Amino acid sequence: MPAVSKGDGMRGLAVFISDIRNCKSKEAEIKRINKELANIRSKFKGDKALDGYSKKKYVCKLLFIFLLGHDIDFGHMEAVNLLSSNKYTEKQIGYLFISVLVNSNSELIRLINNAIKNDLSSRNPTFMCLALHCIANVGSREMAEAFASEIPRILVAGDTMDSVKQSAALCLLRLYKTSPDLVLMGEWTSRVVHLLNDQHMGVVTAAISLITCLSQKNPDEFKTCVSLAVSRLSRIVSSASTDLQDYTYYFVPAPWLSCKLLRLLQCYPPPEDGAVKGRLVECLETILNKAQEPPKSKKVQHSNAKNAILFEAISLIIHYDSEPNLLVRACNQLGQFLQHRETNLRYLALESMCTLASSEFSHEAVKTHIETVINALKTERDVSVRQRAADLLYAMCDRSNAKQIVAEMLSYLETADYSIREEMVLKVAILAEKYAIDYSWYVDTILNLIRIAGDYVSEEVWYRVIQIVINRDDVQGYAAKTVFEALQAPACHENMVKVGGYILGEFGNLIAGDPRSSPLVQFNLLHSKFHLCSVPTRALLLSAYIKFINLFPETKATIQEVLRCDSQIRNSDVELQQRAVEYLKLSSIASTDVLATVLEEMPPFPERESSILAKLKKKKGPGAVSVTELEDSKREGGELNGGGDRGPDTAAMAASNTSTPSPSADLLGIRSAAPVGAAPSSAGSLLVDVFSEAGPTAPSAAVNDDGFLSSAPPSEDPAPPLSEADELLNKFVCKNNGVLFENQLLQIGIKSEYRQNLGRMYLFYGNKTSVQFASFTTTVSCPGELQSQLNVQTKPVEPLVEGGAQIQQVLNIECLSDFSEAPLLNIKFRYGGALQNLTLKLPVTINKFFQPTEMSSHDFFQRWKQLSQPQQEAQKIFKANHSMDTEVLKAKLLGLGTALLDNVDPNPENYVCAGVIQTKSQQVGCLLRLEPNAQAQMYRLTLRCSKDSVSRRLCELLAQQF
Amino acid sequence: MPPQIRFILIQNRAGKTRLAKWYMQFDDDEKQKLIEEVHAVVTVRDAKHTNFVEFRNFKIIYRRYAGLYFCICVDVTDNNLAYLEGIHNFVEVLNEYFHNVCELDLVFNFYKVYTVVDEMFLAGEIRETSQTKVLKQLLMLQSLE
Repeated sequence: MPAVSKGDGMRGLAVFISDIRNCKSKEAEIKRINKELANIRSKFKGDKALDGYSKKKYVCKLLFIFLLGHDIDFGHMEAVNLLSSNKYTEKQIGYLFISVLVNSNSELIRLINNAIKNDLSSRNPTFMCLALHCIANVGSREMAEAFASEIPRILVAGDTMDSVKQSAALCLLRLYKTSPDLVLMGEWTSRVVHLLNDQHMGVVTAAISLITCLSQKNPDEFKTCVSLAVSRLSRIVSSASTDLQDYTYYFVPAPWLSCKLLRLLQCYPPPEDGAVKGRLVECLETILNKAQEPPKSKKVQHSNAKNAILFEAISLIIHYDSEPNLLVRACNQLGQFLQHRETNLRYLALESMCTLASSEFSHEAVKTHIETVINALKTERDVSVRQRAADLLYAMCDRSNAKQIVAEMLSYLETADYSIREEMVLKVAILAEKYAIDYSWYVDTILNLIRIAGDYVSEEVWYRVIQIVINRDDVQGYAAKTVFEALQAPACHENMVKVGGYILGEFGNLIAGDPRSSPLVQFNLLHSKFHLCSVPTRALLLSAYIKFINLFPETKATIQEVLRCDSQIRNSDVELQQRAVEYLKLSSIASTDVLATVLEEMPPFPERESSILAKLKKKKGPGAVSVTELEDSKREGGELNGGGDRGPDTAAMAASNTSTPSPSADLLGIRSAAPVGAAPSSAGSLLVDVFSEAGPTAPSAAVNDDGFLSSAPPSEDPAPPLSEADELLNKFVCKNNGVLFENQLLQIGIKSEYRQNLGRMYLFYGNKTSVQFASFTTTVSCPGELQSQLNVQTKPVEPLVEGGAQIQQVLNIECLSDFSEAPLLNIKFRYGGALQNLTLKLPVTINKFFQPTEMSSHDFFQRWKQLSQPQQEAQKIFKANHSMDTEVLKAKLLGLGTALLDNVDPNPENYVCAGVIQTKSQQVGCLLRLEPNAQAQMYRLTLRCSKDSVSRRLCELLAQQF
Repeated sequence: MPPQIRFILIQNRAGKTRLAKWYMQFDDDEKQKLIEEVHAVVTVRDAKHTNFVEFRNFKIIYRRYAGLYFCICVDVTDNNLAYLEGIHNFVEVLNEYFHNVCELDLVFNFYKVYTVVDEMFLAGEIRETSQTKVLKQLLMLQSLE
């Protein structure tokens, strides 16, 4: 066997490396390196032509210096020269230098490519491999352009050496990954697939990686690989432990190849051919059987190699999810591993079981291991193993074991690592809600969560418990009693104070009958926490106090006293001061009836997706949720966080369309947290009313962010959008400027520009009359989930618009993720004495964030094919509503924001466009094809986008345009 | 991007890099950061821990040999044990090739280590697993001038 001595061949290099190692300080090292660099530079610049050996040595030294972390700005040319040497060792150093210090210097790239070309055609397998490895390591676009067509030829040629084939296959894979458009498999497909039959196992090992990648992208073209892979796998699995000689690793035949074969099969559904399927099932059974056999070696390498195959087989079984027998066997096998002495195996078994738990066939089998998993959660030393145990408990939880699992997770939380606490809290909160049979258990669980891990309980969690308590009257009394007890603890978490304040403020009356929790006791208990709390919590408590005045008139004097003291009414925090002043005034002026109406109990919240679940999905990291869920959440970006994510705050109230005004609407909606552009809350109006000079009969006023006490403009709830709002919106899909709205009084013009995911819109409000508009206010809001998809910011406009004058407003728009709804613009003003109130849809549509993409016909259809999943396509056939004139159509398509591609569609009558929608969270590639039929006056419109919701939305929008 | 090896690192306990092979584009600062992070994550673990550790959106499969950590960064869905043994297979080849390999062999022959890597791993994939075949090829290359 070869043995290499230190730096043989290049003494100078070895000496230099020794010198560097002997340097006592960083400074000495730098000094030595600079000396060497000067030396090499002078050699390279010198008159004497360097021989190949010296050149190799110096280039190698430069490489060493670079790898030590120093910049190298010369020597590239010498390295390139080495490429054309006839000596392997010189060539190798040249290629290594190029691969490590790749530089996109175009002149060099041409020279490098030239050298590679020569080596590829040299028929010398060693040189060919060096060249292929260089391409595989660099993988630049330029190299793909130069060699993408040559490499498949090398790969399948009959006279290519095996080692070259191996390199060619992986080299091609690299080029395919970097420049898929340049690698055309077409005619080679079948021969590449047949490499699975190659007698050289090394060729199969390399080729299968390429085939797997290509199959993922073009499953149909490569589907013949399934039966070939099955028969190859079957031959390996059924061979004796020494049959495969060189490819046997610690008595396991071809473990890596087996894993790769099993992985390739996971790109496809179970084989349709009964014989193939039978053979595969046999293989999987054999693999499971072998796991039960006594080991052929005590070495860990043996068991690892064997189990690598086993886990991959189990992945395939789970992927098929159609063989109950295999699923249950897999589960039993993993169950054995759960108690294995190897930490690795316990970890992997927990991880793998997590996916088994979601299969209907094996869910019950997984559940039988609950005690072992709980034990793992308590005793494993490696936090990542405990984390997997927690994941598995979460995955196996259902109604039958929820109480046990939640209890175990809660008790684990007391000592859990900080790194996983937040996730654990979310999981407990979700399980508690999902499997709550009686809500008192749910309330207990959440309060326990806050008690044990208050710092990790996010807003979503405590918002949610309040939503649920408000919505279920059967649990309100219990909740009040429980929070009251929890608040007795001398040190309780601020989140507990928030929940306590809110719940007692709403439902304290339900426990007031007991003298131990009389109104005054409740109030004193809450107030004892007040001074230790942050501003938002204190603000919440103040709102709870005013609610107490309504619930318990006997506390009025005490509370007024508290509100009146300087620390409240003159608090330096404007929010606290304002609440204190307003609540004090409210409690002294308003009659009991008014108070009762204003401070009425909160109406139920609309039911929404649990915001906690959305948050968990958002959290990154494996195991938090299954892989598919993870991908979903990535794809949907921030959008999951929408709608349901908001706490019980102002906007939620506004959305609930309630007619019961209540100041506590913003009990939780601390103003600074309120999203920009949220509709002014209709709730809360009465509160402002109390202060308005017009007296109680005047129209109520919206809570204005500029402050309650400023003379709030008289207004009403925003009107519903005009019936023609959609039509107006459609006018602006393909253009950015124009008149958005006009009536006898008002004209609204619009000008907008977009770049990437940002937009700016100028709105011009023109007063067409000769009379002043008073109290002119405009509000932009993003209803529903749009709130998390679009961010619209603006400043208030001047409240007066003189007759004949025009005022301007600028909106800054940011697209966070793709969206379907339009933001609403509400305008209110007084003309004469009459209040004008209208709501329009702002023409911000998803296509505004298009970036045009030019591409060739070939690219276009290749991408078109890649977007072939049924939901990625949206199609509409519709009658022409407008002129079918070519120029008109072109102008519209350009106005859409995409690139209009010429000479792409074989039919010149058709139009194809391509573009990328830029949102903050992701980019969505979109292809469009419009096929007019002039005779029938019809169109067929087809959209294919990388995100299905975008296809649908664009299709809807565009169908109105032609 | 389909799963593949993202990088292979050999580091000693002090954090000195003995091999860094990148299969993804990273700029130099990013590489340095990754090297430091991997070192921080891996060296705090002991024999009772698994040989796998979550790392950003990936995972590191690693094994310690004397004072050296051999680390492979792969996707979370990749097969842990296959890569763990992939490391061992690689180490056995190095051991044969350098005749009882030690850290210094990797320092002085860094350019040869790259050749060994390329024989066994290419484009982020496993290229050849047979020790006999790899060593035969390395021996042949060794004999060339």
